[in-house]
Amino acid sequence: MTSTPTPTSTPTSTTTPPVAPPPNVRKVAANASLRHFLSRVAFAIVMTIVGVLFALPMVWLVLAPFDATPSLTLSWPDWTLDNFARLFENPYALRSIGNSLLLGVATMVIVVGFGALAAYAMSRIRIPGRDGILYGLLLLSSIVTGTAAMVPTFQIITQLGLINSYTGVVLVLAGGILPTVIFILKDFMDSIPKSYEESARLYGAGPFRILRDVVAPIARPGLAFIAIWTIVQVWGNFLVPFILLRSPDLQPAAVVMYTFYTESGQADLRLISAFALLFSAPVLIIYFVVNRRYGFRFHGGIKS
Amino acid sequence: MTTTVTTPAGSAIAPRRRRADDVAGLGKARAGIFVAPALIIIGLFLLFPAVWTIWLGSTDYRLTGLQAASPEFVGLDNYVEALTDPSFWNSLWLTLIFVLFSGIIGQTLIGFGLAWSVRNIHGWTKSLIEGLVLAAWVIPASVASFLWLVLLDRRSGTVNGLLGTQGTAWLIDHPMESIIIFNIWVGTAFSMQLFSSALSAVPPSQIESAKMVGASGWQQLRDVIVPNIKGHILTNTLLITLWTFNTFTPYLVTAGGPNGKTEILSVYIYETAIPGGQLGLGAAISLIMLLINLVIALAYVRVSRGRTKR
Amino acid sequence: MAGITATQLVKEYPGGVRGVDEIDVEITDGEFFALLGPSGCGKTTLLRSIAGLEAITSGTLVIGDRDVTNAEPGVRGVAMVFQDYALFPHMDVGDNIAYPMRIKRVKRDERRSTAERVGDGLSLQGLIERRPGQLSGGQQQRVALARAVATTPDVLLLDEPLSNLDARLRLEARTFLKELQRDLGVTTVFVTHDQAEALALADRIAVMRAGKLQQIGTPREVFQRPNNTFVAGFIGSTPMNLVPATVEGGSIAIGDARVPVPVGTEGLVRDGQAVIWGIRPEYLRWSPTEQPGGIPAVVSVVENLGASVLIAVHAGELKFQVVVPEDQEPAPGDRGWIVPQAPKTLLFDAESTQRIG
Repeated sequence: MTSTPTPTSTPTSTTTPPVAPPPNVRKVAANASLRHFLSRVAFAIVMTIVGVLFALPMVWLVLAPFDATPSLTLSWPDWTLDNFARLFENPYALRSIGNSLLLGVATMVIVVGFGALAAYAMSRIRIPGRDGILYGLLLLSSIVTGTAAMVPTFQIITQLGLINSYTGVVLVLAGGILPTVIFILKDFMDSIPKSYEESARLYGAGPFRILRDVVAPIARPGLAFIAIWTIVQVWGNFLVPFILLRSPDLQPAAVVMYTFYTESGQADLRLISAFALLFSAPVLIIYFVVNRRYGFRFHGGIKS
Repeated sequence: MTTTVTTPAGSAIAPRRRRADDVAGLGKARAGIFVAPALIIIGLFLLFPAVWTIWLGSTDYRLTGLQAASPEFVGLDNYVEALTDPSFWNSLWLTLIFVLFSGIIGQTLIGFGLAWSVRNIHGWTKSLIEGLVLAAWVIPASVASFLWLVLLDRRSGTVNGLLGTQGTAWLIDHPMESIIIFNIWVGTAFSMQLFSSALSAVPPSQIESAKMVGASGWQQLRDVIVPNIKGHILTNTLLITLWTFNTFTPYLVTAGGPNGKTEILSVYIYETAIPGGQLGLGAAISLIMLLINLVIALAYVRVSRGRTKR
Repeated sequence: MAGITATQLVKEYPGGVRGVDEIDVEITDGEFFALLGPSGCGKTTLLRSIAGLEAITSGTLVIGDRDVTNAEPGVRGVAMVFQDYALFPHMDVGDNIAYPMRIKRVKRDERRSTAERVGDGLSLQGLIERRPGQLSGGQQQRVALARAVATTPDVLLLDEPLSNLDARLRLEARTFLKELQRDLGVTTVFVTHDQAEALALADRIAVMRAGKLQQIGTPREVFQRPNNTFVAGFIGSTPMNLVPATVEGGSIAIGDARVPVPVGTEGLVRDGQAVIWGIRPEYLRWSPTEQPGGIPAVVSVVENLGASVLIAVHAGELKFQVVVPEDQEPAPGDRGWIVPQAPKTLLFDAESTQRIG
């Protein structure tokens, strides 16, 4: 298989088998294996090219932060960690990472708390038209996207006096994420056997007791997944904070990253490269850990 | 315990009925309390803005000036203005091209190609390719945009270096092509993952019986694979269409320029309403966008409902 | 300790389907009582109604001397072992057993010591710290039982207690359950679709079908004197032979053959009445030579049951199953006679399917 067999090889070659098969059979086999080999080579080449194309933009992200004099050209870095030291001196950079975390955690708390309560009630109580409501909400969240609704959202938040405040950003983000979360969690809670709750109920536990002792602990993996997923969503969201926040002090990393390369006259590549990596690393790590542990899940509205 | 056994048979009293559908003894009232906070947030910040757009789109609301304080009702003026403005039609046309090439053709085909190619390889090569594609999807949009600015830079960009085309300003000479490829790079992971799981669900026995009768790779694809994953193809196409139509990320690369050559609808709305200050007009265009979203989403519902029925 | 009395109990689902239809049943204190029937017959619904997990539509339910028709499940003094055991996966065995006491605000130390004592009684020594996921099916079942009996309930309910165990373990668990119930003396109601399980375990059995009660009786009663053809066909490891017949001149005409009218039904049938004649395969004998009262037949299939043989025979249009000892095994195609043990034969009315006599 490794050497290239030629279609013209004859039965008189060195490895003649005791009983030679008819020559045409061998010929067909040789042809087929040659074709097979060539297609493997072509396949490998194509896959390499695709891999390189996808990797190319990311090489800079990995190398430049560690280069003493990063430029836009790809080059083997002159290794250093000074860029990160510089990053820590920049007042906006670190604060924006903190802001992103704050926005993510605040949204997560609201979304997981309210989402879990709603999903539990919807999973356990048969309200007429429940599935309709659920699909309606999901539909709503895919129609009323951040971009399509940016004007009314901006206007409403302005009217409410919540412009340039985290409250406004968190509520808008939560509103967009909640339908998907309720949908996923309801699915998850549907899969929890009802006998757990019935059992607790037989021993005299009330609804809140059941929720605390039985449902919440059993639903923990689902809640954890939603919590991480929400933070990842908020972490990368650009549009909502970009529109609703004005002060540079409040901007999360997604917006600060953008201002770094658009608003400063001469882009400081040492700062930007280190910042880009610091900002991307958490979600990359989370994603690959989550992906490996839980596998990929498909539900509407993932990452918009 | 109160023991009133006088209830006549058949008279269904609410508290008696309740328990049957209610394993945790939650009760409708408490269930309502559980659902309310989430519904209020969704209602105020998702549903209400959508409805509000209708009113906002029929006013001359502006960000600053007199109309900011007391907007006036102008009826359909905004819609007339938008629909007679060539720049709106230009934007819609650009959006169509963008969605068609980067979403429907680019992401779907490349995503399927990748899923198809890696389905039979295992080990680190598969992980590497999938990981690279997925990473492009996970990296925050503002970082991804900058990486492409670096890649396509006129003087020292990697692309020019590799192709020997120093001095080519890709984002100025070929802006639409650039954001299309950029968006394919960003979004292909979704299609790849969806098709990977769809392909793994195709019963191997069906493929094997096709092989047994001598079907070629292409025939297996046409006769076994595609019929099996038809539903996934439709789902994928509609979701990708919806998301590509609504993405704002290209703004971070080209900011709609040069000269509005990449001003897709989402960017057009932003430019009109926020920096441009014409909130009323922006809302009118938003409503058009919402309606288009509704059409795509309803198509999606129809398709998925048809699929579950089968 | 308490008995259970259900009177005209109805559970109606939205849409008018009755899961439990006018059931009257009285379970005495300390009794081991089985609810038996095919799936969907309403036996689980009845059990859940007793537990309070289903709202009763009409009728009354009394446990001990309290009317609990509308009482919350937690105050009825019932404990239940669910089919899937419903052991909380996030608690260890000790906490699982102690959970009912935690609801009742028993102090932590006391909870733990009671849990350990009850656990020891159910041979769960050394497993108290384990999680349910680390236990075998049989151990999980014992934990569920321990949790149920730890608070000494008045009534113990078991939903398909043996169905989640594999076949070998089932026999062992059956003996164990019976012993436990006798030691505790607690009124126990269990649901099963397996007639052998009901016959083996229960003091009395209620056979149900489509929400309605078919018969209540001791295992012997339902086995030997089934109320109707449904019970007759449902009980027994091989179903009773039930063949259409007619009363003719003081005997029963089955095809061309004649058998005597069963004891106790003599005055109750009239000439020409269409009936169903029933006999268990165990009470039929196979004879290669002609016998008085025998029905001529041809062997079609022979199935080995180990110590005995189940043969299917054709008598004209009619089919019978006969259990014969292993040393008398005929071959397919053999001709002979099937001979009923007269006292064991039953008659059912062809129209109402009720037993005559």
